[in-house]
Amino acid sequence: MTALSTAPGHVADRAAARPAKRSPAGLRGTPGQWSGRFVVALVLLAFGLFFAIPIVWLLLATTKSPTDLIQNNPFSFGSLDGFAVNWNALFAFQDGAVVGWLGNSALYSVVALAITLVVSVPAGYALALTEFRLRRALLVTTLVVMLIPNTALVLPVFLELNTVGLIGSPLAVILPFSFFPFGVYLTYIYFSTSIPRDLLAAARIDGCTEFGVFTRIALPLATPVVALVAFFSFVQNWNNYFLPFVMLPASDQYPMQVGLTSLLASTPAFNPSSAGAASVQLPTLALATIMSVLPVLIVFLFSQRFLVSGMTAGGTKE
Amino acid sequence: MTATVPDVEATAAAGVTPRLGRSPRRPGRASVRRSPVKNRMGYLFVSGYTVLMLVFGVFPALYALVLSVTTIDGSFAGFDNFAKVLGDYRFLPAVGHVAVYLVIWLVSLLVLVVLLALVVHAIRIRWLSNASRFIFYIPGALAGASSVMLWLFVLDPSVSPVGWLLEAFGFESFVQTINPANLPVVFTVIAFWTGAGGWIVIMYGALNNIPEEVMEAAKIDGANAVQTAVRIQLPMMKKWIAYMGIMSLAAGTQLFVEPQLLSQASNAVVANDYSLNQLAYLYAFQQNDFNGSAAISILLLVIALALSAFFVARGGLFEKD
Repeated sequence: MTALSTAPGHVADRAAARPAKRSPAGLRGTPGQWSGRFVVALVLLAFGLFFAIPIVWLLLATTKSPTDLIQNNPFSFGSLDGFAVNWNALFAFQDGAVVGWLGNSALYSVVALAITLVVSVPAGYALALTEFRLRRALLVTTLVVMLIPNTALVLPVFLELNTVGLIGSPLAVILPFSFFPFGVYLTYIYFSTSIPRDLLAAARIDGCTEFGVFTRIALPLATPVVALVAFFSFVQNWNNYFLPFVMLPASDQYPMQVGLTSLLASTPAFNPSSAGAASVQLPTLALATIMSVLPVLIVFLFSQRFLVSGMTAGGTKE
Repeated sequence: MTATVPDVEATAAAGVTPRLGRSPRRPGRASVRRSPVKNRMGYLFVSGYTVLMLVFGVFPALYALVLSVTTIDGSFAGFDNFAKVLGDYRFLPAVGHVAVYLVIWLVSLLVLVVLLALVVHAIRIRWLSNASRFIFYIPGALAGASSVMLWLFVLDPSVSPVGWLLEAFGFESFVQTINPANLPVVFTVIAFWTGAGGWIVIMYGALNNIPEEVMEAAKIDGANAVQTAVRIQLPMMKKWIAYMGIMSLAAGTQLFVEPQLLSQASNAVVANDYSLNQLAYLYAFQQNDFNGSAAISILLLVIALALSAFFVARGGLFEKD
């Protein structure tokens, strides 16, 4: 923040300078500014297309027949009938395996999310607002574990759960999912910066128990951060591939992300040996891809602002 | 979506700066007294999390460490397992693959994310700025296997929406596109498409946190947009860039789902021992050599932590200002 020191001398000029800066990108500007704008527009357009085209194409692909997909313009709309055919084909695959996979995804993500909240929020609260031995050790360990990528511990966790015979049980996925240090870190930051201690002290004077202070004062105030932890936990669990892939040997236990690869294995376009009665066509695979992210996509569409504040809160580890 | 700015600023204004070495409480206040009741509440409240952390964070790491230095019947093996995996003919190529991918990916991520954040931040038309952040951000919903699946389509010239582009580069078929020589770039494109938007939005927030006065001062002193970016905005984003570097680097060493799916979709044109994590997986589940697998996991863990530590030290994260 040293750059701040350069500012004061110019504060007086600020009012004069601002209108020029704030003027909308109207029709004023030197040739230099115009070429600058042109470059900016070009960069934005190129990257906008890069990010948008695959999603738009994928949505359109779900409405086409396999021949339409190859022969027609990539950005043409197929037909609603085409969509219905793909929909039926997807849900007929292995007698409705997809429904089971989606159900498993929901089960694993939601149960893990519930456990995450029950253990993380009180932990963040205690780390921020109470004093106990090993508090600092717990905080440091949390930060270190946060730096370990999710996948790095998958095989050791497998070996551990294998020795206690939990492999193949839903718990082998749910319990590791429930350990979410980032959630503890977020609630810790929130409780240590945003809850006035006087408020908690007042509640104590009024005769509230320590547990009551948490459930009746702190928790309601922390609703936004609790929702944030819930969202991050849900998305991370829903999209996780490696952990369930390793922990769950049976197809009917797969979550949707792992199920997707079963569909891929039955797609002749990518796996010629799979041609047969049960084969999956490309538009059906496209629909499966959409289905595999639908819950996350919907939440993303409605909560961008909310998510950003949370990601930034996690980012300010100063 | 329009209120992104105040939120980010509020977060920073709230002083989100936990100091590790110190209790968040101010000293000298009545509440600092350590009462036995509160101690017990503290222990109770962290108990669940502590158990999960021990069972799924600390213990697996230690267990892997033990396995990596023992033999299959549990006797001490010293560094035999490490020597075995290091000597495996597949090990060095896998290290090379991951390293090349990491370099290409991290450089393009750091450069392009910072550039795009600066560009989006420079836009004075509000709806355009909001809309571009939204478009950059949405692919983040398609993570993991789903994003790879989508890119299988995009990389297959016969169905790809940008088939003309692939053909312009001389790729006539899916197998040509995912030629092993192209893979670091292919994985970079997939990872960038999925993950860059979130970081752009974060960097945009960081740019908004730079005080208006500083930017005005630079302008009055005659700095143009590029000079302002290089002399003022970039240095003030240093910690955020380091944070992005750490998280992306640690995640990148763990490459698994991308090569795994490409291997499956290409009938093993892409080998299934392309990345280190895949090799660890093969050791555990095809060779039933959990000790060798543990040795690879430990190496990955050490690399991820060492690289992170480097960025933490260089980027000034966790420093007390």
